[in-house]
Amino acid sequence: MSKITITIDGKEVETQAGEYVLNAARANNIFIPAICYLTRCSPTLACRICLVEADGKQVYACNAKAKEGMNIVTTTENIEKERRAIMEVYDVNHPLQCGVCDQSGECELQNYTLEMGVDSQHYAIKDVPRPAKDWDHLHYDPGLCIVCERCVTACKDMIGDTSLKTVPRGSDPLDPQYKESMPKDAYAMWNKLNKSIIGLTSGGDMLDCTKCGECAAVCPVGALVDTHYIYTTNAWECEQIPATCGHCSAGCQIYYDVKHTSIESDEPKIYRVTNEWNYVSLCGAGRYGFDYQNKVEGKDEEAFSKAVEAFKKADTISFTSTITNEEALILQRLKEKYGYKLINEEARSFQKFLKDYSEISGQSLWGSDLEEVHHSDFVVSVGMAIKSDNPNARYALNNSMKMNKGAGLYFHPVKDPVIEGLGKNIVSIYHKPLQEEAVLYLLLDLFGDKEKLPKEIVEYLASFHSKVMETKKEVVKKKVTETVKVKKVDEESGEEIEVEEEKTKMVNETIEKEVEVDKNALFDIVGVPAKFSETLEKLLKKKEKFALMVGPDFYTHPNSKNLARLTALIEKYSPFKLVIVPPLTNSLGVALINELDEEKGSFTIGYNTKGDFTLSALGDGDLDMPAINQQEGTLTSVNKRVNPTNQAVPYRGYELNDIANALGLEAELTVDYTKELPVEKGFESKDFDELPNYWENDGTEVRGYVLNNMTVESKGDESVKPFGEETLEGQLIYLANPVRQFTPFTHKTTNLDEKSGLYISEEYLQKSDFNEGDSVRITTDSGELTTTVVCDNKIAGDIFVLPTFDKNLNSEALFSGYRFNRASIEKV
Amino acid sequence: MSNTEMFKDRNISEDYFLLDIEDYPTTPWEKFKRVVKRSFKGELFVGLWVVLREMIKFDIHTIQYPEEKLPIGPRYRAVHEMKRLWESGTERCIGCGLCEKICISNCIRMETRYDENQRKEVGEYSINLGRCIFCGYCAEVCPELAITHGGEYENASEQREHFILYEDMLTPIDDVLNKKQREFQGFGAITPHEDERLKKTPLAY
Repeated sequence: MSKITITIDGKEVETQAGEYVLNAARANNIFIPAICYLTRCSPTLACRICLVEADGKQVYACNAKAKEGMNIVTTTENIEKERRAIMEVYDVNHPLQCGVCDQSGECELQNYTLEMGVDSQHYAIKDVPRPAKDWDHLHYDPGLCIVCERCVTACKDMIGDTSLKTVPRGSDPLDPQYKESMPKDAYAMWNKLNKSIIGLTSGGDMLDCTKCGECAAVCPVGALVDTHYIYTTNAWECEQIPATCGHCSAGCQIYYDVKHTSIESDEPKIYRVTNEWNYVSLCGAGRYGFDYQNKVEGKDEEAFSKAVEAFKKADTISFTSTITNEEALILQRLKEKYGYKLINEEARSFQKFLKDYSEISGQSLWGSDLEEVHHSDFVVSVGMAIKSDNPNARYALNNSMKMNKGAGLYFHPVKDPVIEGLGKNIVSIYHKPLQEEAVLYLLLDLFGDKEKLPKEIVEYLASFHSKVMETKKEVVKKKVTETVKVKKVDEESGEEIEVEEEKTKMVNETIEKEVEVDKNALFDIVGVPAKFSETLEKLLKKKEKFALMVGPDFYTHPNSKNLARLTALIEKYSPFKLVIVPPLTNSLGVALINELDEEKGSFTIGYNTKGDFTLSALGDGDLDMPAINQQEGTLTSVNKRVNPTNQAVPYRGYELNDIANALGLEAELTVDYTKELPVEKGFESKDFDELPNYWENDGTEVRGYVLNNMTVESKGDESVKPFGEETLEGQLIYLANPVRQFTPFTHKTTNLDEKSGLYISEEYLQKSDFNEGDSVRITTDSGELTTTVVCDNKIAGDIFVLPTFDKNLNSEALFSGYRFNRASIEKV
Repeated sequence: MSNTEMFKDRNISEDYFLLDIEDYPTTPWEKFKRVVKRSFKGELFVGLWVVLREMIKFDIHTIQYPEEKLPIGPRYRAVHEMKRLWESGTERCIGCGLCEKICISNCIRMETRYDENQRKEVGEYSINLGRCIFCGYCAEVCPELAITHGGEYENASEQREHFILYEDMLTPIDDVLNKKQREFQGFGAITPHEDERLKKTPLAY
């Protein structure tokens, strides 16, 4: 898009053509009041307070698009009148108990009421009973609601659940005299406000969504509040600690709101998590899973000396990716000094995938990020259960569709009603497990530049095409002439007589034709829905920006090397911009920093995983370690960003750095390693304290720094193997967590109460003889375990899902790498 | 004469006179003379005699503390009281936390929760009197006239960190029922002509 210049209040402002006036003003620090508009979402036009005058005409700044040379005046006498009347209307029947409201001063209604100088009220209407509602993790008080519909907008445009909508309020109509006496926009806004209130799309009293709590975060008043937070503290009492969420690879910006625990105890406690909701949207795990800290009273010297001894004895360190970059570097330094073997299976497979990918792409990392997905209009997701593997990727997929009139394809074997619910422009294609390569070949076939692609691949792709004769029904317009009897009044006699007249009309007729069509065998192999080529043609209309997201299913796939090479080919020879979603919180950081080994030695130190000597931030090991919310450090995200995180609650025990120091490394603090992160892998030599963590007014992310995408020497070999015929048949199980759960850390938190067990879809349970709560034994070629059946309405189809967040379940034992497996399941 | 000038004029009556103050001795000899003069004049015995005389007369004007106590002015800022509503006897405190926020010695803490009547309830409330400087800001900021300063000034304790809890400060329910609760007239109380200053909000009932 082209740069244009507009004038706002006499100030020349440069912006993009087609940008909303409000955003242009905000980016240039010009204040235009607005309540209902959410950055990154579509304009709601509920509040009408963002009225401005553009070239002498009143428009709404949130939905008026900037044009070259536009002259904007943000306040005129009339606009001021409108705004004041609007704020007066919002104050009609709004309770005055601000003292007990959970918004506690962070209230936009309060701010704008004062801003507009409302000191008296001119309007009135009889209130209707509006009882408060408890929607599970949310508390809705319609008495406080100003129906700005920000919650509805966020849920629809960003999250994609569309669980909230406006429902009738049941109030009396407005006094007709207001129509004349009130300013026009204020009346129109009130008329709409007076008819609606927020309700559930499901119609009942049960909220059925993925429980992200974003609606409560965006609420400008105290109408929607998190149930766990309600009336526990005033917002102003809390200290906001800027941090990065440590649950998944999205690396969302969060603030921990921290205050003393109680009157008796000065110990800091996290009361809630807030975010910069204009620029980042959290999932339920980020918002509600905050109290996973490892509470340690003091330094356990005995355990520490045992740990040092264990390190001296050990030859292997096994760890998970829920660690900071600095800790990963400490482990790498220890390896370099003492030759430990570093074991982290999930990061190793990801590292290998990246290496295979680089061989063709010539760069160390993928080219795009989720921010770019937000701005794409055709998004494809392959190889991940997107809603639980990386909720932000799902938000990006949904947001791109809602905001850019986009479309998308979602390839995955497990049916997902959440993705199906995003809209009909996202087509879900449920291919068979192990057929991911076929999916990538299909993408290459549909979108690849056949002229540039290596010849062998073009030929291979062509082998799937054949010409077939097909009878096609076609609708043709045909002229039909028929004789009709018409009654007419004879002019001379005045009598009614019947006359025959000829009439011609156009009739639609269906004829059958034999047409030669191109048959793509890949369609059947992948299992696309009926009439896919027509659907795809429709979806692809006017699409310019393509994004592809690939996920964790690929890394442990038996043919992951081939998948990595195909992925690189798609990025290279098709319009798709690529995002590779790391499997866990800091898998990317670990993959870049650590040299990982395949084989364990004889004595293993486990860090957050079982070993002969276990260091654990979960509090169940031989020596306690701090959890992510108790540490300073950096985490590497899917956006290739190195984000700083800070300590929210204190930790009084020993850290990994203390052990490293005892073993001969020298660093006072763990964050001393931040500037030593490997520059040759793309990190920058920056001190931890230099790293910023905020957004600018125009939405520019200023958090940490972006990894440099290093050039990797490629051998020019672009050969890929044909895909295997092999699939998995029979009863299948899939290794994935429910939404809001990622690791034992999320499982430990009080607000995330997902049950662990074998997840079976509601529809399957209805037709089978399994019931929720049944005890079942699951046996695969790798092992067996016994657990209970949990009914899950967020999956569909016949594939069962086993979570990894419950470490007592030990579900990984049933799989040999790949996330799908065949299993036999029996009741016990 | 304007109002303020009246107070500047200290010559209230004819009986007032200025004391004749001797010059301060400067040389050592003068100082020595003053010491001798004061020592032999017997001023000490004059004082002792006055005390003895008043003791015998039993005409004592001092307050016999702690048997006797002077009444305390309504604006005196001693230990806090938590008031109840006259009509229902329920506690006035709504748990808004303004006193906690405004407290400059940071000695107020409260714990609130969502109660079964869907209201904000104060679970625990404490003022650390060891730190309180009795500035009166909490009473001034209170929107409900719930926290006030009372007249109870005797709060000596063996321990500096002596907490008082909400229950200790709350007016006993019997006192409210017997109309014995005293209303606070100090800062934050409603001014007499408040009604005239208000702009009325229209009601559609």
